Amino acid sequence: MAAILEIENLQTQFFTSAGTVRAVDGITYSVNHGETVAIVGESGCGKSVSALSILRLIPDPPGRVVGGHIRFMGLDILALSDAEIRKVRGRRIAMVFQEPMTSLNPVLTIGRQLTETLEHHLGMGREASNARAVELLGMVGISDPQRRLAQYPHHLSGGMRQRVMIAMALSCEPELIIADEPTTALDVTIQAQILELMRDLSKRLGVALIIITHNLGVVARYADRVNVMYAGKIIEQGSALQIYHQPSHPYTLGLLNSVPRLDRPRQAKLDPIEGQPPDLTRLGAGCAFQPRCRFAVTRCAQEIPPLETVSEGHVSACWRRDDLGEKMRDAS
Amino acid sequence: MYAYIIKRLILMIPTLFGAAVLVFVLMRLVPGDVCEIKMAGDGAFVDPEAIEICRQNLGLNDPVYVQFGQVIWGYLTFDLGTSMWTGRDITHEIGLRFQLSLQVAFMATLVAILIAIPLGTISAIKQDTWIDYVVRTFSIAGIAMPSFWLGIMIILGLLITTQAWFGDPWMPPIVYVSPFEDLAGNLSQLIWPAVATGYRYSAVATRMTRSTLLEVLREDYVRTARAKGLLERVIINRHALKNAMLPVVTIFGIEFAFLIGGLVVTEQVFNLNGLGKLFVESVETSDFTMVQQLVMLVVVIFVFMNFLVDLLYAWLDPRIRYA
Repeated sequence: MAAILEIENLQTQFFTSAGTVRAVDGITYSVNHGETVAIVGESGCGKSVSALSILRLIPDPPGRVVGGHIRFMGLDILALSDAEIRKVRGRRIAMVFQEPMTSLNPVLTIGRQLTETLEHHLGMGREASNARAVELLGMVGISDPQRRLAQYPHHLSGGMRQRVMIAMALSCEPELIIADEPTTALDVTIQAQILELMRDLSKRLGVALIIITHNLGVVARYADRVNVMYAGKIIEQGSALQIYHQPSHPYTLGLLNSVPRLDRPRQAKLDPIEGQPPDLTRLGAGCAFQPRCRFAVTRCAQEIPPLETVSEGHVSACWRRDDLGEKMRDAS
Repeated sequence: MYAYIIKRLILMIPTLFGAAVLVFVLMRLVPGDVCEIKMAGDGAFVDPEAIEICRQNLGLNDPVYVQFGQVIWGYLTFDLGTSMWTGRDITHEIGLRFQLSLQVAFMATLVAILIAIPLGTISAIKQDTWIDYVVRTFSIAGIAMPSFWLGIMIILGLLITTQAWFGDPWMPPIVYVSPFEDLAGNLSQLIWPAVATGYRYSAVATRMTRSTLLEVLREDYVRTARAKGLLERVIINRHALKNAMLPVVTIFGIEFAFLIGGLVVTEQVFNLNGLGKLFVESVETSDFTMVQQLVMLVVVIFVFMNFLVDLLYAWLDPRIRYA
């Protein structure tokens, strides 16, 4: 399988009055054709910024991609002109955003918001694009699609709106869809529906998917490969199985332990990760997770651990990944 | 929707009644009346009996509730009465000037819209560049400059440039002609006061357009539109401007009502026989009936503009529904 998207040493920074925020600090990963890749991490770890960087949607000022490469199907994304990147956005790489409540324009009809992409990218006429919009709404499981075209976002529930967002993302048959916390704002029952729908459609249409989430449960069920991010860096990378069964970074382990699970005794307490994520304007010399890490040793505060292989296709950035592998798992 | 419109129209009646009471009472709180000013205004001795007779004739000695009853009865029968000062028919007097004032108000609003929306939009898109600074300076200047001063400058400018270019100085005509008779003549008179007041009033709206648009451009749905690969022009026109227009529309609505009766000095500068001038003269002469009807005219326009703005809201934002 060939990689359709390769991100190499991507660095995105925000220049604020409080200092330079290294929101994304040298991440490298790739996405293969038709594959689902997850990016997992706490709020503010740079996962959304890394996604927005792919489509060059970082508001500038204050933000900018300052280094690295993004290659998509032979295109050097960071070197494209504004007109060229617009041909990629929505046409070849589409996005689904976190907040379906605010991500749809409240004063335009659902139909208009669907057809404008079709008209713009595919040059469809009014009738053809309306017909396609109806088809798309049907595809994402919205009942009575013809009538919905004339409705406004506030007529729809949150789950329905997210379906509309997905329909919008699918409309031009892109090769890649980036879903930034697509289910965070939704009810739990709806979350599963939306994720099933996305997985279904991506498998059926062969669309690659990047799912950004803070929920490792989502990852386990829907992703092929996982990138765990902390403080702007990828600190562990591997297949979903590897991450789930052999977490090799204390942070990944912490994330797993902080999720309630049905297969644990009911009395078992949740084990949260203590402390707060670090201030990205003032990172110390060592591992960014060290102040919160219960396995930290002196070296952790002095040198940043590099990503090193744990097993085939599984890397982790922890000085103690080898000698702590077993202990960490026992601790869970 | 129709039920809402009818409800709103009916609700206007108590508002107008309240305004009528207020104006009626306020006018009578001011010491002196039209008879004193007419006869003793210049300080000469006047037989108090003559003043008394004058009051008797104008009905100023009637009990207040009778006088008020007459005003209200006048509204019900569409008879605005006669001026206490000149004795002329008020409907006629206002009618003479209303056409001009309404036209200036319309044109000034149009000028303001044509300046404010494009400039505010450019300023927001080019935030913190020299274009933005130029626009902001231009609009601050509009707020700082009194429109009568701008009016004087315009007239002077016209005189000087026409003399320099054509040899003969040219000034806008002084006599009003209806636009239906002589459009060119009409416009050559009224375009200047419209520009002078429209510029000032565009300043507030430009700044409002800029700031609301900046806010809207940070909304999630604008990011969605960008992620769709739409052209920046489409994003601004289709996705952002309609959302940003609500507060701007409110400003235009309120300012329009003000323009009908509030252009006192500008009318003076351009020698226009408008409602503002009539207003001031009537207050000076304590012409109770005329002031009453002029204020009520402005109130009616104000209430109506507010109503219109509310309807525009519903059109601009489908989330707003009236029932």
